[in-house]
Amino acid sequence: MIVKRTKLNFWERLYLPAVVAGFRVTLRHFFKKKVTMQYPEEKWKVPEGYRGAPYLVKDPEGRTKCVSCQLCEFICPPKAIRITPPGPVADPAVGNVEKAPHEFKIDMLRCIFCGFCQEVCPEEAIFLMKDYSLTGLTREEMVYDKTKLLALGGVHQDQIWKWKNK
Amino acid sequence: MAWFHNLSATEQFLLVSAIKIVGVFCVVMPAVAYSVLAERKISAMIQDRLGPNRVGPMGLWQPLADGLKTFLKEDFVPAHVRKAYFWLAPMVSMTPALLVLAVIPFGSNLGGEPMVIADLNVGILYTFGIVSLGVYGIVLAGYASNSKYPFLGGIRSSAQMISYEIAMGMSVIPVFLIVGDLNLSKVIEYQYKNGWLILYAPLSFVIFVIAAFAETNRLPFDLPESEQELVGGYHTEYSSMKFALFFMGEYANMIAASAMMVTLFLGGWTLPLPGLNRPAESIPMGVVHMVIFMAKVAVLMGLFIWVRWMWPRFRYDQLMDLGWRRFLPLALANILATALCLWMWG
Repeated sequence: MIVKRTKLNFWERLYLPAVVAGFRVTLRHFFKKKVTMQYPEEKWKVPEGYRGAPYLVKDPEGRTKCVSCQLCEFICPPKAIRITPPGPVADPAVGNVEKAPHEFKIDMLRCIFCGFCQEVCPEEAIFLMKDYSLTGLTREEMVYDKTKLLALGGVHQDQIWKWKNK
Repeated sequence: MAWFHNLSATEQFLLVSAIKIVGVFCVVMPAVAYSVLAERKISAMIQDRLGPNRVGPMGLWQPLADGLKTFLKEDFVPAHVRKAYFWLAPMVSMTPALLVLAVIPFGSNLGGEPMVIADLNVGILYTFGIVSLGVYGIVLAGYASNSKYPFLGGIRSSAQMISYEIAMGMSVIPVFLIVGDLNLSKVIEYQYKNGWLILYAPLSFVIFVIAAFAETNRLPFDLPESEQELVGGYHTEYSSMKFALFFMGEYANMIAASAMMVTLFLGGWTLPLPGLNRPAESIPMGVVHMVIFMAKVAVLMGLFIWVRWMWPRFRYDQLMDLGWRRFLPLALANILATALCLWMWG
């Protein structure tokens, strides 16, 4: 294909129309709304079904839903989850909840956000939430323990009142 | 002030000059730093971004952070460079810009003391002499770096600066034909008596501005740098404070060029208003004059910065063509026309 190049006339060759046009464009953009997102303060709204960081949830009564079955620990491809079950001694404080985990750790540096733990969980106790870009100053800090995971996960409003009438 | 009057004339002159030099330096260096910030802010706005806004309110302390960063960076010297020239080049590119400021009258007077560091009779010749030294910094950097991109940058720089310097020098001749003096203070005196010289020599102003863009290596004439094709051109091999010196040199050059334009064409520290169009009689008025001068320089700096984000770079042959075949004859014709006008009606 041959692109025809038209000869510029004298007025155009003076460079002035280009100057004016250039100034108009830059001036318009100068006062335009800016597209920059102020990242740590503003964040992208992630879509539904986004696989962010896995956190533990409580039921509407404030009980830990996890029953330490350790399925998530076994399925976890990068072995990021480490669960310490409660052992034979029952805790009177949590009532009928039989096997609330003694300790539940997720190493967020190992986690690959695959969502297998959420899929495998029979109790709907662990969910991939919408948090991304987790930060910390040390490796130890990036291993989230039970209290932190529960605090970040919050309450899951499901309609199965599993422990209500036991 | 008794002790001051007890000093001999030479001592007084030295002391006052030293104070002026320190004062100018203390104004120009922050001005350089803040023009960099202005450049970043304006470029960001033109590109629909926000620009630096993290350090301090609206990013106002960003220059401090930048300065600190360059000081803390590793000063890496590649093994293949020619060491002596490599060290010399950043200094050579920074100093001329500051030296030019010596002859520029940045205010009328403060308590009877003229606000110019050196009131030279040959002011403009001195300026052109010093400005042409600036090219050596870049050429040396290109040569000393001993690698291909800086070398190309250096070559381009020398060709470009030489061709535009001639047009620049020719363009100001009408100004001095009209004024009849080379002293920059006299140029300003003429302007507050008869009106700004941009009205008498508009073509000179246009040529001077364009040549100044070429002299300071600003877009659309930044061929020695050419981030895209020469990866930074002459300062590719530089890092840390040596790079910062080139960078500051560029902005100091812009300030010097703006100051020259203000002095030669835009009335210097004067405004065509009663009280502002004659030398100051009181100290507050002297300060006002200096502020006016700085405001004018700031406006021109804004022009320099804005233009950079408006136009693409010229091709090398277009640049040469423009310098030698357009501006040089135009400037010569301008001299002739001005001389004829002065001869017939002057």
